[in-house]
Amino acid sequence: MKRSAGRSAQPPSSGLGTTIDVETLRVRELSPRQLLRGGELEGRTPAAQLEGADLERHVQERVMTTTLDKAVAWARSNSFFPATFGLACCAIEMMSIVAARVDVARFGYEAFRASPRQADLLILSGRVSIKMAPIVRRIYDQMLEPKWAISMGACCSSMGVFNNYALVPADKFMPVDVHVPGCPPRPEALMHGVLKLRKMVQDDPDMGWRDRYGARGTEEVVPGAGARHGAAAVDRAGGDSIGDSDGA
Amino acid sequence: MSEYRRREQSITLSPVEEQVGSGADGPGGGTHELLTLNFGPHHPATHGVLRLLVTLQGETVHDIKPIVGYVHTGIEKTAEDKSYWKVIPVIERMDYLAYHFNAMAFCGAVETLLEVEVPRRAQYLRVIQLELNRIMSHLVWLGTSALDLGAISMFWYCFREREKILDLFEMSTGARMHTRYFQVGGVAEDIPPGFAEKLRGFLKEMPERLDQYGALLNRNEIVLQRLRGTGMLDVQTLLALGVTGPLLRAAGNAWDLRKADPRGSYDDFDFKIPVGTVGDNYDRFACRLREMYESVKIAGQALEGLPEGPHITADRKVALPPRHELATSMEALIHHFKLVTEGFRPPPGEVYFPVESPRGELGCFVVSDGSSKPARVHMRDPSFVNLQAFSQMAEGGYIADLIATLAMLDPILGGIDR
Repeated sequence: MKRSAGRSAQPPSSGLGTTIDVETLRVRELSPRQLLRGGELEGRTPAAQLEGADLERHVQERVMTTTLDKAVAWARSNSFFPATFGLACCAIEMMSIVAARVDVARFGYEAFRASPRQADLLILSGRVSIKMAPIVRRIYDQMLEPKWAISMGACCSSMGVFNNYALVPADKFMPVDVHVPGCPPRPEALMHGVLKLRKMVQDDPDMGWRDRYGARGTEEVVPGAGARHGAAAVDRAGGDSIGDSDGA
Repeated sequence: MSEYRRREQSITLSPVEEQVGSGADGPGGGTHELLTLNFGPHHPATHGVLRLLVTLQGETVHDIKPIVGYVHTGIEKTAEDKSYWKVIPVIERMDYLAYHFNAMAFCGAVETLLEVEVPRRAQYLRVIQLELNRIMSHLVWLGTSALDLGAISMFWYCFREREKILDLFEMSTGARMHTRYFQVGGVAEDIPPGFAEKLRGFLKEMPERLDQYGALLNRNEIVLQRLRGTGMLDVQTLLALGVTGPLLRAAGNAWDLRKADPRGSYDDFDFKIPVGTVGDNYDRFACRLREMYESVKIAGQALEGLPEGPHITADRKVALPPRHELATSMEALIHHFKLVTEGFRPPPGEVYFPVESPRGELGCFVVSDGSSKPARVHMRDPSFVNLQAFSQMAEGGYIADLIATLAMLDPILGGIDR
């Protein structure tokens, strides 16, 4: 507050010849020419002297436009924070993707976080027993949105070679984005799964898990939150994924 | 509500006020607050999904209650539902860092039931795989334990060598983990051309690498401070608790089934059993590090002295006939069909077959009722037995030492819960 007040008292002089108020700078859209031609640089850089079609081409070659959603999805998909969470055999192979041969740090996913609050990717590495399933679900619930889950190996996708009373497939109690087959999958296979997830997040960031699983309307209603603000507030309280695509 | 659920819910997690000692040992008049800390099942230092209820008095560990069963997979029950040779894949997934040892214990038990003679070449091939598996298991232990102690670079060095062992496994067996290489009566395949050269190269390189690990850790002041004199337990207590493996050897008892009860031609090889002196965490660490040198020696001897001959028994009632015989021999076709559809039927009886796994005595108890499926398969898993010594090791020490003790205990939860 103080800083902006001080600034508006002394408006910065622009090199374009006119004095620009801070308030007008916020609302107007800068034209390509203004983007390229800094005031101090006028007359010095060759780009500042371009006109017409040359200027258009110059701008198209150098300036990339995108939507904010796409930029955010790009950033998110290149910096997953997996949770340090191992269950069984697959956990050993999950550790291998951090090791030197299949170096997951090449893609920016090497920061494993021990706390689910700091993680956004849950790699279910191993067999989930019935005793463990509520804990896995709680860890998944503790992770902040947006979050993704990879079911690694046959056991937590389909109960694998065991297929008996003790195990439960992960799809029964939590949403899973990518299933990686194998018993256990090679580290390369897990890498492939993670990169598939990256592509999914980049290409279709609106596809949250509620849409994929047909789970619209199953949001948990926090008492008191939804009464005043209606459906949109309920949606937010339930914790939507990457973005609201239904326009609620 | 089941009895188990009732017991589980009866565990209180709230802090308890308790009168500890007399009024002399504290400014607060002798009343200390004990803090009950829930540790796991999701915690990076538990090496799996072990849950510990730790009661702390300040920073001192007052009481530990391990709670297991979070990866209970029902493998023993599933094994009763499969014919003998189809049990091997599920058995391998118990102690998932020692898969060859699981298969060895089970196959050995069934071979004893069937009284099948395992060819000498198969025994030597098994020894090569077992000792490579032991090195691999110890490497994972060393990497993750060093990670717990704050030495992060060890993890990358250990996993670099582990990948080389897994390459060898992939070459000889076709898979990195859970290879199903061990069969009743021998091994699935002979080693491929080029394997011996590659293994020789690895065995030549590995001692140098182990020297480097030792140089990194043995004079590291932080590691020494964390390991020396912590988690100490004497031989008598360890024996009373049934502890085996490197934990027992670190306390000075040279009990190793490879020497004490050599099965599978282990008496052909010349190797030493590393033994500790006081039984603290440092001795456990040093014992396992020395064991890797010895395993390199055993694998080298087995490779150089590899006898000629078949890699699996010629008994067609037990082992599958070679593929080429199926095209020409009617008997081979019948044997193949019978083995694949029904399997063999061992005579009624019961057998206990122990092997020395990386964590101690891994025994398989098989009961046969004369049918083609085992009536009971039970594993004496060393991690499970060793875990009961954990509370005695860590009680009275600091909570930081609890992490180091757990790391040096090296429990594998897949083996504990099965």
